[in-house]
Amino acid sequence: MTVTLESYEPIVGRQLVEELRLLAQRVGSRRIRHVNSTAVGGGVAEILTRMVPLLQEMGLDTRWDVIKGGEAFFQVTKKIHNALHGQPLTLSRQEIQIFLETNAENSRTLSLEGEIVFIHDPQPIALVAKKPRQGSRWIWRCHVDVSDPQPAVWRFLRTYVARYDAAIFSSPQFVARLPIRQFLIAPSIDPLAKKNEELSPETVASVLHRLGIPRDLPLVTQISRFDLLKDPVGVIEAFRLVRKSVACRLVLAGGGATDDPEGAQVLADVRTKAAGDSMIHVLELPPGSDLEINALQRASTVIIQKSLREGFGLTVSEALWKGKPVVASAVGGIPLQIAHRYNGMLCHSIDGAAFCLKQLLNNPAYAKRLGENGREHVRHNFLLTRHLKEYLLLMIALEHAEDLIHLPVS
Amino acid sequence: MAVPQAREPFQFFTRLSLQESTGLRAATVPQLLTCLKTVPGSVIFHHTHHFLQAHQYLTPEPPNDFAYWVTEVLGEKVLGEELASIDTVQFHTVRALRDRLVETIERSLRARPLLRLRRAPLNEALYFMKSISVVLPTDSRATNLQEFAACLETVTIDSLYYHIFEARLRLEKERNDFSCWFEESLGETALARAVNGLDPYTYTMEELRQTILRLVRQRIAA
Repeated sequence: MTVTLESYEPIVGRQLVEELRLLAQRVGSRRIRHVNSTAVGGGVAEILTRMVPLLQEMGLDTRWDVIKGGEAFFQVTKKIHNALHGQPLTLSRQEIQIFLETNAENSRTLSLEGEIVFIHDPQPIALVAKKPRQGSRWIWRCHVDVSDPQPAVWRFLRTYVARYDAAIFSSPQFVARLPIRQFLIAPSIDPLAKKNEELSPETVASVLHRLGIPRDLPLVTQISRFDLLKDPVGVIEAFRLVRKSVACRLVLAGGGATDDPEGAQVLADVRTKAAGDSMIHVLELPPGSDLEINALQRASTVIIQKSLREGFGLTVSEALWKGKPVVASAVGGIPLQIAHRYNGMLCHSIDGAAFCLKQLLNNPAYAKRLGENGREHVRHNFLLTRHLKEYLLLMIALEHAEDLIHLPVS
Repeated sequence: MAVPQAREPFQFFTRLSLQESTGLRAATVPQLLTCLKTVPGSVIFHHTHHFLQAHQYLTPEPPNDFAYWVTEVLGEKVLGEELASIDTVQFHTVRALRDRLVETIERSLRARPLLRLRRAPLNEALYFMKSISVVLPTDSRATNLQEFAACLETVTIDSLYYHIFEARLRLEKERNDFSCWFEESLGETALARAVNGLDPYTYTMEELRQTILRLVRQRIAA
């Protein structure tokens, strides 16, 4: 099925789609360029894959380019990524040279002519060296948690960030001390993607059957990579506290273990911890298991996301979009997605997670209300259309210094 | 009977907003107080109003950001309740609203000095944002009450928000835009008064739309 802007009308309403068109008219003939480091895989590519055609459909001259780099370059950028997440890493002179040379090569081959240029994440950050003095606005879109970066690596990147006209961060905690304007634009989920589209009860049942998950008891589920920061072992401990008084099953499902030695170790630890417990189901899902994730979320009674640290944690929005009550740690972008006791529950510990899970499992009517509120919260705040609207608003806002911008009748 | 026509048509605008960081944050009540005294008015407006749009479907709605943070993050229920119960509709300027927030916190700190020791956990500080609002005209225009009702039924929540909240408080008008038009362009003084008498902060945005529509339709039917 071809997805057009109109496809979103039944979900977000005709007026919102009209507003997007109104805004697009105001952006007019400005040429928009997006540059990132990967065409497939990862959240940024997922969003641009859908967003760029929608911008084009609205008549905006939009192009998306991907930088090229060798293995050595991507090893350096992986190191930068980990350092931004706080790991104690530094860049050698040679690594800095590889990083800058690859950026310089790309700036020679890419056409970066445009009035609005979005550079996504640290990999292509140094392309800003090619920014003309006038006539264009460059925006660094940071999708990474930079709340506690390794200082030397951040200082290196900061010299480039400061040359942009503005930066966008996903969550207020990530905002840094910078001499440029900083905007907050949360990421989004696509309600029409395979991971989020509606599924019939029959499909859900058949996927659960295939995965070997019985549906005799309430299901508590965490969907996450097997990663220490997602605290799957903590989830098992919370589940065991819950099960003392409430009969239920736990599903821990995710990928990321096959090509990541650390992930494989975490998965092994989880399996050891769950060994012999028939109520705990550990599923290692291959990449592209969107249908399985969708079905597991829809079949769940409560979703848990007990992360110790989180970039934004869009799995929370995915679960809320399916009307599910969610218990999640108050880290990263999760408190933006959950207002405690209004559309979900926030926790800070294993005991706290267990307490919230019990409350939701024992009070189905309350859980249902939180789930319904959660779905509406996501409809208004975390869908692709809101993301698109804020990008368009940013393009307009950058041309004005004032906080209240009146656009005249055209 | 001919439908009374307005002297000036009512042009519906919409207001779309974006959040910009101020770089300021508070982890304690005294820090909250310091920031409240110095941040631009657009920051106060954002934190006392954005929940109306972000949680527009909830009944009851969460209170303003300051009250929510003080209650849920600092665990300070008394001050949280005092901040939540500030009657925003009574204020015609952001400046006056700011003064009341400041007074409320100062009074609480005087009465309970230990309050200043409460600290938000790491990463749960209150981050001060401002709203950048882009206001643009929509295709909806009304020249009489019937057309007005038809438009009001379909305009977005953002449009309703602009005419009720933003126009009144941020642009420092005494009344919301609808009441001004009812009275000045249609001579509908009673309807203007009825709509202006609503406390829009106690409705969800959808309920507010339905309530205003009901008043307009009652007037049309009269």
